Amino acid sequence: MNWINAIVQGVFLGGLYALFACGLSLMFGVMRIINLAHGDLAVIGAFGVWVVATQAHLSPFIALLPVLPVMLLLGYLLHRTVLARSLRSGPLTPLLTTFGVSIVIQNALLQIFSPDVHSLGSLTGSISTSSWRVTSELSVPYLGVLILAVAVLLLGSLQFTLQYTGFGREMRATAQDPEAAALVGVPASSVYARATAIAVATAALAGAFLAIHSTFDPSSGPTQLIFAFEAVVIGGLGSLWGTLLGGIVLGIAQTIGATVDPQYSILTGHLVFLVILASPRGRFVATRSAKA
Amino acid sequence: MTTPTSPVSPTPWVVRRSSLASRIGSGALIVIGLALFGVPQVFGPNIVQQLTSLLIFLILAVMWNALAGYAGLVSVGQQAFIGFGAYGTIFMTQQGIQPYLAMIFAAIASAALAVVLSLFVLRLRGGRFAVGTWVVAETIALLISLDQAMGGGTGTSLRGLNAYPRQVRIAYTYWLTLGFTVLLLLILFLLLRNRAGVGLQAIRDDEEAAASLGVRVGRLKFVLFVLAGFGCGAAGALTLANTLFIQPQSIFGVQWSAYLIFMVLVGGLGTFEGPIIGAILFFVIQHQFADLGAWYLIGLGLIAVAFALFLPRGLWSLINDRLHIRLLPVGYHLLRRSPDASASDRGKPNP
Repeated sequence: MNWINAIVQGVFLGGLYALFACGLSLMFGVMRIINLAHGDLAVIGAFGVWVVATQAHLSPFIALLPVLPVMLLLGYLLHRTVLARSLRSGPLTPLLTTFGVSIVIQNALLQIFSPDVHSLGSLTGSISTSSWRVTSELSVPYLGVLILAVAVLLLGSLQFTLQYTGFGREMRATAQDPEAAALVGVPASSVYARATAIAVATAALAGAFLAIHSTFDPSSGPTQLIFAFEAVVIGGLGSLWGTLLGGIVLGIAQTIGATVDPQYSILTGHLVFLVILASPRGRFVATRSAKA
Repeated sequence: MTTPTSPVSPTPWVVRRSSLASRIGSGALIVIGLALFGVPQVFGPNIVQQLTSLLIFLILAVMWNALAGYAGLVSVGQQAFIGFGAYGTIFMTQQGIQPYLAMIFAAIASAALAVVLSLFVLRLRGGRFAVGTWVVAETIALLISLDQAMGGGTGTSLRGLNAYPRQVRIAYTYWLTLGFTVLLLLILFLLLRNRAGVGLQAIRDDEEAAASLGVRVGRLKFVLFVLAGFGCGAAGALTLANTLFIQPQSIFGVQWSAYLIFMVLVGGLGTFEGPIIGAILFFVIQHQFADLGAWYLIGLGLIAVAFALFLPRGLWSLINDRLHIRLLPVGYHLLRRSPDASASDRGKPNP
């Protein structure tokens, strides 16, 4: 029964990781870059919600509403100022610049908010602590269900956007061939900037849910980036639904590890990632070029 | 060192490998290298200890540049080898091996670790390689912090060096660091001067094009990854010898990667001289501003981003582009001979 509970909790944890991963996956799909500041942008979102919620005495879910448009704008500006120029100077430059941005964000947050650990859990009331008790040992937390539902909804609407809307077609066209897309009137830089804006906003959403689910501090970003990356690779770069699956596999690995001993939690996740990377499937994941 | 392309060349072009500047430059480097060995005889232990940490930065910058600048492998996980080298030294001294010998063995063990890890991470390219190496570093850090014999998460100190008087210990550590620095620079220099160097520079410029011309991309990347594993492992062991105490969070911390990227980007990515300049500059900056804490790191990050965007080939490119100076003869230069000179050359029997 203990194990079933671990797997159920892992599925819900996986929803959170999928939420983190979808922005990373989107940027990789459209621009072929991995944004090393993704986790730190999520932490900015978490701090934003925290500030609004504590200053205006709002529920974090309502505090998210003004934060998300700000993060969209931040993502747009990030692309216009740093990423657009980086993309022009070769495939390695975006890695170096986003890593630099990550260091700047972490230390700026440290300077502004001190290294204290915060949580939004206490501000959300009963939803973050209550659960449905199925049996004496198996319970389904409200918050887990909510996060998983948000992840499915977000991935579903991203998939829908990519598949059926004009902007989605522009993103897919640009991902396949930026020059050809530009020839038919789809400027890559504008598509990239909008994709970055969406990715940063989803990161902020994930950061807010992380803050409700557990705790965060200025240096939480890199860990979340790593989990998001693992989810993307386990799920197979390419499909957004694969990202959800990857997040769930990672979540289950971590909760099963934690059942054995709490200090094995993150380690088990890393080991599952490395095993999948070393498997024949990993070769496929590593070498193929992704589609959005 | 002037080598004509062929004995009776019909073209007015000659290939030169060295120039006056590079002859002066390499001569000066050899002299400086030799002079550095005498430092502990002249200066006090504090200066020697500072120089040791400068040389450790230099080793790290040169190794990271070899990966990113030549093989196109941007690693955010070289701290895996730094930490492994340090903890390998601890482990071997616990088994009763003499500390300085243990450091050399630990560097070799780090190279062996790189051979194993290459199976995982060299499958990845670009950003996936960067984060993949980071995951590997985190995994090794977690495994070591679980091991209570290694001090767990709270850290451990290197025993066995207490047997030496402080001044002697610092001098020995310095000589070993200098020895590693010279060895690694020499290996890299020979590698770059050799046929492999041409291949590596081709990979740096365009990996697909290099592969299509028959450069064995996979093998060269493997060689550099293992060399970098060796160098970073040595740097980790030497860091331990210099500070005598380590903690998993700091020796496996990703801030190492931030420092490495800063040094190489500011100095000049993909040049032999760049990381040397970068390491010296970083050492000075760290000395002046490290007390500022978060502001110092914000500054480092901003400078690194600015260099990546506006001066991607670093400070060295400013000197190199204007004066065409290479301190070390690792490249090829085409020189046009004046017509009469080439005519007289043609008439002469070639020695």
